[in-house]
Amino acid sequence: MGFDRLTKGFSGLRVLKEGLTGNKGWTPHWRDPAPKPEYDIIIIGGGGHGLATAHYLASQHGITNVAVLEKGYLGGGNVGRNTTIVRANYMLPGNSEFYSHSLKLWEGLEEDLNYNVMHSQRGIINLFHSDGQRDAYARRGNQMIAQGDDAILLDRAGVQKELPYLDFDQTRFPIYGGLYHKRGGTARHDAVAWGFARSADSRGVDLIQQCEVTGIDIENGAVRGVQTTRGAIRAKKIGIVVAGRSSQVAAMAGMRLPIESHILQAFVTEGLKPCIDHVVTYGSGHFYISQSDKGGLVFGGDLDMYSSYASRGNLPTAEHVVEAAMTLMPMIGKARMLRSWGGIMDMSPDGSPVIDRTHIDGLYVNCGWCYGGFKATPGSGHTFAHLLATDAPHPVAARHRLDRFRTGRGILDEEATGSQHNLH
Amino acid sequence: MRLPCPICGERDRREFYYQGAAVALNRPAPDADAAEWEDYVHLRDNQPGDLDELWSHDAGCGAWLVVTRNTVTHAVSGAKLVSEAAR
Repeated sequence: MGFDRLTKGFSGLRVLKEGLTGNKGWTPHWRDPAPKPEYDIIIIGGGGHGLATAHYLASQHGITNVAVLEKGYLGGGNVGRNTTIVRANYMLPGNSEFYSHSLKLWEGLEEDLNYNVMHSQRGIINLFHSDGQRDAYARRGNQMIAQGDDAILLDRAGVQKELPYLDFDQTRFPIYGGLYHKRGGTARHDAVAWGFARSADSRGVDLIQQCEVTGIDIENGAVRGVQTTRGAIRAKKIGIVVAGRSSQVAAMAGMRLPIESHILQAFVTEGLKPCIDHVVTYGSGHFYISQSDKGGLVFGGDLDMYSSYASRGNLPTAEHVVEAAMTLMPMIGKARMLRSWGGIMDMSPDGSPVIDRTHIDGLYVNCGWCYGGFKATPGSGHTFAHLLATDAPHPVAARHRLDRFRTGRGILDEEATGSQHNLH
Repeated sequence: MRLPCPICGERDRREFYYQGAAVALNRPAPDADAAEWEDYVHLRDNQPGDLDELWSHDAGCGAWLVVTRNTVTHAVSGAKLVSEAAR
């Protein structure tokens, strides 16, 4: 780390210096450039995945003549509207190695970005409630260890030691134990977007906000550029990274995607003293919870399970989530719920994402993150940047093909419910 | 959200099972090619606004319905029995 990085980037010395001089030396984290007429690569979507893609294009591939086009403000989409959980506890070939790769990127992210994304490896405990579920979790834990990640199978006493506040006497779904993934945890979602944005900008990428793409120009089966609310911009390669709006943007290129948009709600209570140290998931009740660094209990459950672009949920799902919360964790009834929100999810038929080229030359899609896009942020950006730069899929994302639904080859059936829209 | 079942009247969303866009009613011919089948099974228009959907009134009369619902406002503008839906 050179002297320049100490004085211009973030460091203890810098914080001390600014603290002593009235914090007058801090500057905006990124420029506000006007769009240039042409770029090598245009990324549509300035959310977590789009900004991560720009960062890795610049830092890993030296491609900096790049624009990120965002119709609203950076990080104002799903990355600013999720429950911040980071984990790599998969057991599905394809997704397993992808999230393992992503978690390793998380572990070096703050150093890579010189930015505090508040990545907190507080550990995730997935509770199980039957013998069969214990066997399944034991198998999952073994798979996680086999792929180089971590897992500990806790028995009931082990869970009781870590999570004494759960209702262990409940008769409907008694707690048999839990699968403890210590390297899992949370990160501060806004800071993740800002850290990637600052890094991409400092390497020369143009982050262009308030710039909505209104058309994609295609000639002879190849992209030429985009039409936007700030004029036409040419590019040979265009990446669509607009979770929740993927179908709408793809339609501008005449494409239909294997996506239905659904709402996933989340909830947060008033700020409390630290009481929940881990991320906890309820294996029988579809409920998950962690405590934010501000003290609010952040939790959620299942999708609303019907198509929606409303960015808000309906009460039956809220009721279901709160019932599960009260069954598992009666103390939560003392907390006042401050707010709830809904994010628009790109639900794919098999519950897994797509990172692939399309049949149009120079057009690439990164979509279908369903309910789990946050933990993928670095991995998604890293592998999508690789695809955009080299035209070859990154080895850990090689199975995230767009044609898997047509061919049936390599379906990544996330919940083992079948590859059908209403099941995910 | 409440859905107007043509047989039972307006009922709570929780009485219904959701099957997705009503494209299921446009089943291709058995000898249709792979692209048509992919289109039917997996690909969707998925644009915000009015959408024809299949809902089953599971906890009511058990009928399958085509419900026209706005995916932005959740406002329902129509519901008819699948058996009566001219498609």
